[in-house]
Amino acid sequence: MSKGNGLTQLGAKDFKSDQEVRWCPGCGDYAILNVIQSFMPELGLTRERIVFVSGIGCAARLPYYMQTYGMHSIHGRAPAIATGLAVSRPDLSVWVVTGDGDALSIGGNHLIHSLRRNVNLKILLFNNKIYGLTKGQYSPTSELGKVTKSTPMGSLDHPFNPLSVAIGAEASFVARAIDTDKKGLTEVLGAAARHRGSAFVEILQNCNIYNDGAFDFVREEKGNRIYLESRAPIRFGAESEKGVVQDADGSARVVDLAEAGEDGLLVHDAAQREPSLAFALSRITYETDGAVPLGVFRSVERPVYDDLMSQQLEDARERSGEGNLEALLHSGDTWIVRTD
Amino acid sequence: MQLTGDRFTSETAVFGNDLATLPDFPAEIRAPAGSLPGVSGFQVHFADHDILTPGDQPNVLVAMNPAALKVNLGDLAKGGTVIVNTDAFSDRNLQKAGYATNPLEDASLSDFHVHAVSLSSMTIEALKEVDGITSREAERSKNFFALGLMSWLYNRPIEGTLGFIDAKFAKRPEIAEANTRAFKAGWNYGETSEDFAVSYEIAPAKLEPGTYRQISGNSALTYGLIAASKLSGLPLFLGAYPITPASDVLEQLANMKHFGVRTFQAEDEIAASGAALGAAFGGSLGVTTSAGPGIVLKSETVGLAVTLELPLIVVDVQRAGPSTGMPTKPEQADLLMVMFGRNSESPVPVVAASTPAGCFDAAIEAARIAIKYRTPVFLLSDAYLANGSEPWLIPDVGALPDISTEFAASPSDEENVFLPYKRDAQTLARPWAIPGTPGLEHRIGGLEKEDETGNISYDPENHDLMVRLRAAKVAGIAADIPELEVDDPNGADTLVLGWGSTYGAIGAAARRVRTSGRKVATAHLHHLNPFPRNTGAVVRSYEQVLIPEINLGQLRMLIRAEFLVDAVGYNKVRGRPFRAAELEDAITALVDS
Repeated sequence: MSKGNGLTQLGAKDFKSDQEVRWCPGCGDYAILNVIQSFMPELGLTRERIVFVSGIGCAARLPYYMQTYGMHSIHGRAPAIATGLAVSRPDLSVWVVTGDGDALSIGGNHLIHSLRRNVNLKILLFNNKIYGLTKGQYSPTSELGKVTKSTPMGSLDHPFNPLSVAIGAEASFVARAIDTDKKGLTEVLGAAARHRGSAFVEILQNCNIYNDGAFDFVREEKGNRIYLESRAPIRFGAESEKGVVQDADGSARVVDLAEAGEDGLLVHDAAQREPSLAFALSRITYETDGAVPLGVFRSVERPVYDDLMSQQLEDARERSGEGNLEALLHSGDTWIVRTD
Repeated sequence: MQLTGDRFTSETAVFGNDLATLPDFPAEIRAPAGSLPGVSGFQVHFADHDILTPGDQPNVLVAMNPAALKVNLGDLAKGGTVIVNTDAFSDRNLQKAGYATNPLEDASLSDFHVHAVSLSSMTIEALKEVDGITSREAERSKNFFALGLMSWLYNRPIEGTLGFIDAKFAKRPEIAEANTRAFKAGWNYGETSEDFAVSYEIAPAKLEPGTYRQISGNSALTYGLIAASKLSGLPLFLGAYPITPASDVLEQLANMKHFGVRTFQAEDEIAASGAALGAAFGGSLGVTTSAGPGIVLKSETVGLAVTLELPLIVVDVQRAGPSTGMPTKPEQADLLMVMFGRNSESPVPVVAASTPAGCFDAAIEAARIAIKYRTPVFLLSDAYLANGSEPWLIPDVGALPDISTEFAASPSDEENVFLPYKRDAQTLARPWAIPGTPGLEHRIGGLEKEDETGNISYDPENHDLMVRLRAAKVAGIAADIPELEVDDPNGADTLVLGWGSTYGAIGAAARRVRTSGRKVATAHLHHLNPFPRNTGAVVRSYEQVLIPEINLGQLRMLIRAEFLVDAVGYNKVRGRPFRAAELEDAITALVDS
């Protein structure tokens, strides 16, 4: 830890707790945990300033493995609990770890409201498109017709696109990464950490027991990864032979570069205030276009709930002075009863 | 009408009478005027001696329309005075109220002294020189005319109300002018009209010396939470979702930001409690306020707080149920819910306020227990306490209890290990180590924890141990709360045991029973879990125990189960407080049996 110059330099191992990691062998969560632990020193914070809050599910066990403060809470409620912590302790770096069922099903309400408030939380959604901990029922991100133990004839509900939900909920930062893509995930975590306000990150995560290979089309086939770079035309493919264009109706789609030409490509801008560009990009999926955008879709500055609340407290003190209990109890009409 | 009632109460309080109020209003914001469900009432009882209830039978009823007369006349004492606004007794209004004939013209009010006053038209007449108000606004000032009349009738001081009108309507001076004129016109009408032959003088009550103010239960609760924050040194964080009759507390605390109070109006009741618990993890005094239909949604958070062993104050301002029930009406039927409404063995201390002003002390006590024992605590109030008001001897801030605590600052042993579930030997409370404290990084969660280390454990014996430790910690609070006080001046055989807002009615009934020469003892529980340590001895020492409750016998069930005492109940669940007279009858019947 010590660099010998009086400063402390933390490494990944400083963020490993003494608890045995208990995910299934081969689970994508291991890769994500390793990236997070390796990334943590980049925050430049001492461990006591960092808190991981989770709900319920496989992903939600992550806080137990982090040598930081942590709370493994209630199914779906982590954003609400983390909101209380973050707004009352602006000095902390608060991370929420959640899954597709936790965040988008039972906790959908808390997720959208924390995003619209722009509470200073970093929300990492591990999306494996299945309920793992309860042993293999379909989730709100499972594809229509998914055959699972609870849907033997196929699921009937249309899935959520997590990024579209987040953008629709007024999220100020939205990004996506892959569990095994250490570089891409690290970059996204860094951008999320630097963003002041709510940062929503979908991490495509393989559940090798109940939904193995769900993301092979982008996890294994790297040519299908569209890495978004701000202010650059969107190109991808093994030979950079493909790109993304925007149609007159505002929607985006994948094209061959030869067809569109370099100048015809859509130029990405994560800082664009209007969410329509990020939303159009979120609609590009493997099912629609055979490719998956990764990286930062949207990153805009917007007033942060925690800051606004702190400001109100300061304003109130400036206006009324520090609260005085004695004066409060005697406020309004009072009268004195004297001894006879 | 609620505003008018509040003002009369203020005048009465400042004059020095003892008083108690019972606001009674519909849940609908603008219920159809003149309809029976739309009647908004305000009952105030005041006297030259100390009183305990808003009174069973008012002596004077002011009815602004036929519906108000119909709904309230049954409560009035025979021979009482009825003041009616004759302008509102139109055929249409009579029909809306379900009167076949005009009660002012048939004999149906012959048992009462009736003053028929054309309140609306006299108000409009008095305001004809006020510029800038509509005729509708002028008509609306009639409540201040009525207030002026009542202020004259009972010789109330009026300076407070005049100042209040100016401040309240400062942004619309013409409305302030209209209300002031209407108020004075009402006063003058009383003085000059021969209709009112007498006015009454009720001398100030002989109360304990000190500085007083009038206070409602929700305000006292708000002040109590602020005081708890100051006394503990912990910043207050309130997570709440609007719900009747608890919203006042959210609104009032939102005005207390200069006390460092953070109020968070959450997306739902669940998030409200979750955020409060998250803030508690970070070292705040976490509070969530609601009523029964919201409390049910908080059960999972309370369960988590039980196993995390973090302080959390959960306020339940009870209202009539089940489900949405009658939102503005009081009930005491959430006791068993807060005791047992969670999965598994999940003990939670319960504190109950008994009077509006008592909400102040109850809030501090709930905070004291939560902080000292690292536990969620339920604080029970109800719609009657919340909205009712009474004079309050303002406490000396310096004499309030010290409820401060210390956060964990260093590891538990010389090996530099922090044990988040290593308990204090006496209280069984665990250390409260807040994020930001170097070296104490730890993880807590809803999974069962190993004793001392807090690590996840599925060990059978450990689980049994932890279940018992959590139970013993809450049970042990009995050693740290006052004994149950019994008021038994004559050596009675019958004990009346109560809790919550029945305090006043039980006390008033017991006085009457004793005046009749009978003997009765009373005791009132302020802690429902755990019970005061002498509770068993007290209830076993009487031949008969009567437990009046505004539910079907919830405390009775607990007392019978815990102490094997064959207590009997007096239970009415009407969405209104007990009358002293009905309890007097119930006690008398039992004493004489």
